[in-house]
Amino acid sequence: MTLAARLQGRAWVDGMPLFAPVDLALAMGGWTCLLGPSGVGKSTMLRLVAGLDTGVSFQGTITRNLPVALMAQDPGLIPWLDVTENVTLGARLRGTLSPSFMSKYPGGGPQGPGAEPPTANPASRAAALIEAVGLTDRAHHRPDSLSGGQRQRVALARTLFEDRPLVLLDEPFSALDARTRAQMQDLSARLLANRTVLLVTHDPAEAARLGDRILLLREEGLTEWPAPPPRPTGAARPYDAPEVLALQADLMRGMMA
Amino acid sequence: MKTVLALILTVLALWQGLIWLAGMPPFLLPAPAAVAEALWLNRIEIARNAGFTLTEVVLGFTLGSVIGAALAVAMGFSARLTGILRPILTFSQTIPVFALAPILTLWLGFGMAPKIAMTVLIVFFPVAAAFLDGLGRTPQAALDLAQVMGASRGRIMRHLRIPAALPHLATGLRLAAVYAPIGAVIGEWVGGARGLGALMIHANGRMKTDLVFAALLVLSVMTVIFARLVSVALSRIWRRYGV
Repeated sequence: MTLAARLQGRAWVDGMPLFAPVDLALAMGGWTCLLGPSGVGKSTMLRLVAGLDTGVSFQGTITRNLPVALMAQDPGLIPWLDVTENVTLGARLRGTLSPSFMSKYPGGGPQGPGAEPPTANPASRAAALIEAVGLTDRAHHRPDSLSGGQRQRVALARTLFEDRPLVLLDEPFSALDARTRAQMQDLSARLLANRTVLLVTHDPAEAARLGDRILLLREEGLTEWPAPPPRPTGAARPYDAPEVLALQADLMRGMMA
Repeated sequence: MKTVLALILTVLALWQGLIWLAGMPPFLLPAPAAVAEALWLNRIEIARNAGFTLTEVVLGFTLGSVIGAALAVAMGFSARLTGILRPILTFSQTIPVFALAPILTLWLGFGMAPKIAMTVLIVFFPVAAAFLDGLGRTPQAALDLAQVMGASRGRIMRHLRIPAALPHLATGLRLAAVYAPIGAVIGEWVGGARGLGALMIHANGRMKTDLVFAALLVLSVMTVIFARLVSVALSRIWRRYGV
């Protein structure tokens, strides 16, 4: 079976080992949670898979068979662009936005017979995604007038706009308060249901809610956690279910060990 | 506004007081009234020369800003080019413009060209330095996204790095607007019959110190207004882009 991505190797920072030799293989589909404390190289692994600069010396091989989208703790919103323009940033940066886009959005482009199918039109796609993350009334707001949770919603809509089969999430909810975090987990589980997701997190509760597969990264290396019970399709596990809380406690023990 | 007015009045009073107390002759330090009189009597000549200087300043500032910004963008694209150009640019700033003025006059003649060249030399550096600094400060999160999204270097420059660096560019431009008249005046000073600098040199040679002061006053006011206009224009433009 083809893997979505695979990272085999080890890394050093300034001559000091960052992580021991690991073999991180991402199967197609589902959420893989890479759980571990800060400073063990989780984000570095994700950045290596994404093909980004890491500032570490990496020795090994990285293969990736799917196009990728990225969402990180810093939502990376562009302050001078409004929500719609931020969601369509990828199209702007690839030069695939029509020059008349700015005057057209968010009307959804031409309507009626002969109109382009909605999926082909960036304006209507952006409008639909902004609606999906519940920010329709904010479509023309700039990031500085949004709350932290709303900014991550914009980042999620932007990630979905990219429409890539592999999505890399680098602690995307870490800076949010507990309630907003839980809501974002629910929303992300729903909207990213059909994609292969690698979620880097230091939060055992998050891994317990979202992981179809949980990998524990510690200084000693990468260990695969026993497969958790199946997750409802397109949803996170309930945050208050006893088995989820038990899994969270187990993961915490694993991290402390 | 009130404090500015009070400040001006205080300076004028001290100035006049100094003349009364020390009994300074007018060719050393003319009284405020004498300067005002020289300003009024020579208003046509001063206005004409101020016009030349202003033209040189505006042209030199515009050209210098464009050159400075273009240099910054080019250097922003290439670390290698930055490595080559940065020491050259820094070196260019160690040469006193005053020493260059006679050479530029020799090369470019007695017309406006050497004055504009002097202004360009003074203007381009703060613009390039500030803008380049800004181009290197795009938030890493945005650059990471752009890379994963498959953006070309040119589009990253156009859509992310340049807009993010506009406040830095504005800082450089504001600074350059204040310095620009220095270049023009030094150029006029060294070689030229027109402009406030030339007027000052000639008046100084004929001991018409009151006229020197009048021209200086006009130059200062002109510089303040020019710098203010540039600053206001930049704020307006940036606000439209929401930077």
